[in-house]
Amino acid sequence: MPEFATDGGPTAARESGSPGSVEPPGSGGAGAAVRSEDPPGSRDATGPASPSSGQPVKFYQVGSFAVGNRLLDPSYRTVQSDALRTNALDSGHRACQGCGEALGARYALDAAMRATGGSMVAVNATGCLEVFSTPYPESSWRIPWLHSLFGNTPAVATGVAAALRVKGRPEVRVVGQAGDGGTVDIGFGCLSGMFERNDDVLFICYDNEAYMNTGVQRSAATPPAARTATTEAVGDEPGNPFGQGKNLPVLAMAHDIPYVATATVADLHDLERKVERAMEIRGARYLHLFVPCPLGWGAAPRDTIRLARLAKETGLFPVFEAEHGVVTAVSQIRRQVPVEEYLRPQGRYRHLFDPADPDGPPARPETVRRIQEIADRNIARYGLVGPAGSDAPGEAGPSDPSGRPYETGEAR
Amino acid sequence: MLRQIEGSRAVAETVALCRPEVVCAYPISPQTHIIEAVGVLVRTGALAPCEFVNVESEFAAMSVSIGASAAGARAYTATASQGLLFMIEAVYNAAGLGLPVVMTLANRAVGAPINIWNDHSDAMAVRDSGWIQLFAETNQEAADLHIQAFRLAESLSLPVMVAMDGFILTHAIERVDLATQEQVDAFLPPYEPRQVLDPADPVSIGAMVGPEAFEEVRYLAHLRQVDALTAIPAVASEFAEHFGRSSGGLLRPYRCEGADTVVVALGSVLGTIKDTVDAMRDDGLAVGVVGITSFRPFPAAAVREALAAARRVVVVEKAFSIGFGGVLSTDVAMALTGSGTPVTTVVAGLGGRPITGASLRECFEAAAAGRAEPLVFLDLNRSLIDRDLERSSARRRTGPTAENVLRDLGTVASGPT
Ligand SMILES: Cc1ncc(C[n+]2csc(CCOP(=O)(O)OP(=O)(O)O)c2C)c(N)n1
Ligand code: SF4
Ligand SMILES: [Mg+2]
Repeated sequence: MPEFATDGGPTAARESGSPGSVEPPGSGGAGAAVRSEDPPGSRDATGPASPSSGQPVKFYQVGSFAVGNRLLDPSYRTVQSDALRTNALDSGHRACQGCGEALGARYALDAAMRATGGSMVAVNATGCLEVFSTPYPESSWRIPWLHSLFGNTPAVATGVAAALRVKGRPEVRVVGQAGDGGTVDIGFGCLSGMFERNDDVLFICYDNEAYMNTGVQRSAATPPAARTATTEAVGDEPGNPFGQGKNLPVLAMAHDIPYVATATVADLHDLERKVERAMEIRGARYLHLFVPCPLGWGAAPRDTIRLARLAKETGLFPVFEAEHGVVTAVSQIRRQVPVEEYLRPQGRYRHLFDPADPDGPPARPETVRRIQEIADRNIARYGLVGPAGSDAPGEAGPSDPSGRPYETGEAR
Repeated sequence: MLRQIEGSRAVAETVALCRPEVVCAYPISPQTHIIEAVGVLVRTGALAPCEFVNVESEFAAMSVSIGASAAGARAYTATASQGLLFMIEAVYNAAGLGLPVVMTLANRAVGAPINIWNDHSDAMAVRDSGWIQLFAETNQEAADLHIQAFRLAESLSLPVMVAMDGFILTHAIERVDLATQEQVDAFLPPYEPRQVLDPADPVSIGAMVGPEAFEEVRYLAHLRQVDALTAIPAVASEFAEHFGRSSGGLLRPYRCEGADTVVVALGSVLGTIKDTVDAMRDDGLAVGVVGITSFRPFPAAAVREALAAARRVVVVEKAFSIGFGGVLSTDVAMALTGSGTPVTTVVAGLGGRPITGASLRECFEAAAAGRAEPLVFLDLNRSLIDRDLERSSARRRTGPTAENVLRDLGTVASGPT
């Protein structure tokens, strides 16, 4: 576990807080949903049981990698499970129910707040997050926050970082954040410049795989076959074409920046650890966060965490870390799932299935097969499925409560 | 201190005396010498503390300036032409956020056809962005206006653009009285931002505003520019006290006493115009000049007053609104509403075309005699135009005309159409 370079502030509050005194908001919501097929005896149960953990063991959480993990010793709990955590993004904002981006932003920024002792500034691109968090004259932000434009966020963040350096305030850290459109498309020029100069900014992309704020249009992060308002599910090859799109984490790595990571809102420990790791490093850092969008994907709000988990467990969204352009760690797929299981609950893939028999075999098996091939390629490329037993539940030791992915050393 | 110095260098050294804390740059002719020189001053430590950021585009240059300014640093950048248009979204944004960024605009034509030489099309393209736009007549004034620009920007919480003619000023080596650090420090206090990104006092900047308040927000921005109409002359007179010379202000009349015909213009062409007017005055012609320094905010009342006695007004412009006519002259005509004074627009010097005293004199004499057309294009090569019109009437096609015109001129060798 990384050390938190903070004394006082949120960390101190967290450690002195009486565990279990208040029900942490968000710790038991959709995120904590447990699927019955989850294997028993997960790492949670084998974590260092401490008498000071203060809560009776509740086995309904066993096997869940989701929010809370209140079975753990307090020192291993997520930031989000702490009733006394600081809130970067307050309740009362206007995101849709089950919005993965709202969750992701809160998780990531709260973790960054803890890592920096609350000493941070966020620069935000135009997009859902910006719009739902700041309906004038209200604001959900508890941190200094600046919205300038859709495509210039990395450069604005660079400017803030330059100002803080010249003002002799290097302890104040800068986070830039944007949706996938603001990152991979319109903001890419500025982002590439920020990477190349190794400016001291953590840039977070909230990837919901389309331009949601303008009504679900295609971006260069929209996956093949997905229906968007500009890749409608009509014609011979409905949805977004195959063979297009940008792999931003890999492009970020190609800049040789100190740190690149991907994460999903389904694995909170992993996400928080990566944010904390990123905040230990100076220079350009990139976090690509997978955030399901119920509205844009035509999915149930309660499925946000499940879809994020399935994206990882199918291999469609590889979860890994890289330093200076070299992959250093990969989150293994625990139980590989066919892509069909991920596609079926999502309205944006409805055309792949038979409307008369939505639970039956795919109406477009060829398309599903091509998507499966993408997942298989990712699995091979990143080594997402390790040798049998290499990441079996329960193996993560006490020093590794987050189920830290093991090293592969594989350069992409 | 008197120096024989290039305009760009004079501006760079003066900007450095203003102690900008973040300088962001992307190269484009004719701005390059300015940012190169500032870069050296940062590298050598002559300007410190200062972060010099080499960015990948003008859009990023203005965006870095926005971030730096919002975080409480004094921010400076410079650009021209295509660069200004490339950053235009951020130009509007800086003004809307009320950030006191200062930018030098080394005025250059806007393509296509691409052209690196001077005119004012770039400045006019951001006329309505909410920036204060000051035009320098000489390199002395260009240098001095930057010192005033930081004062104005930070006291009004508005960005300020100092426009200086590309090449004509930026690359001209002439005598400039450079300010000293002590003088500038005495005139320009450190930047005290009104609102800053600080974890100790978190603010949200840049929220969305809907129809319920947008018009009011815009109206308030207008009021701030109206305030600038008072602040600009006040800062200019304070500058004169501190530095012992006058620069800036809203506008400057020249030999307007008893003038029937008054010429209005922006920037360095005022030098040629004043020489022409001097010669005409020597010949007994009652001609005067009003040089406009503050184009935005536009000093309508002061213009009306300065032109009150004129019987006709000639506006010489290095830009025009295609499909209509003058830009500055529209503002001048608006200022003269109700006076009945006729306004002639003379479009001149586009894309670096030299504006000669002889052509100006001919034009002013025609205007003085009441013979001027309302819209005149100075020194237009009629035969070139006619040939292209003839060609296009014979065979209509889409695409650019530039290559045909150049072929007619014999400037470039190219194949048959
Ligand atoms: C220059 C510019 N082009 C287009 C837009 C319109 N626009 C605003 S937000 C947005 C989509 C944002 O998509 P993304 O970055 O993926 O964020 P999301 O809303 O999906 O979170 C678009 C196209 C804009 N504001 N500015
Ligand atoms: S449209 Fe999607 S990203 Fe936007 S607020 Fe709703 S759920 Fe979140
Ligand atoms: Mg998006």
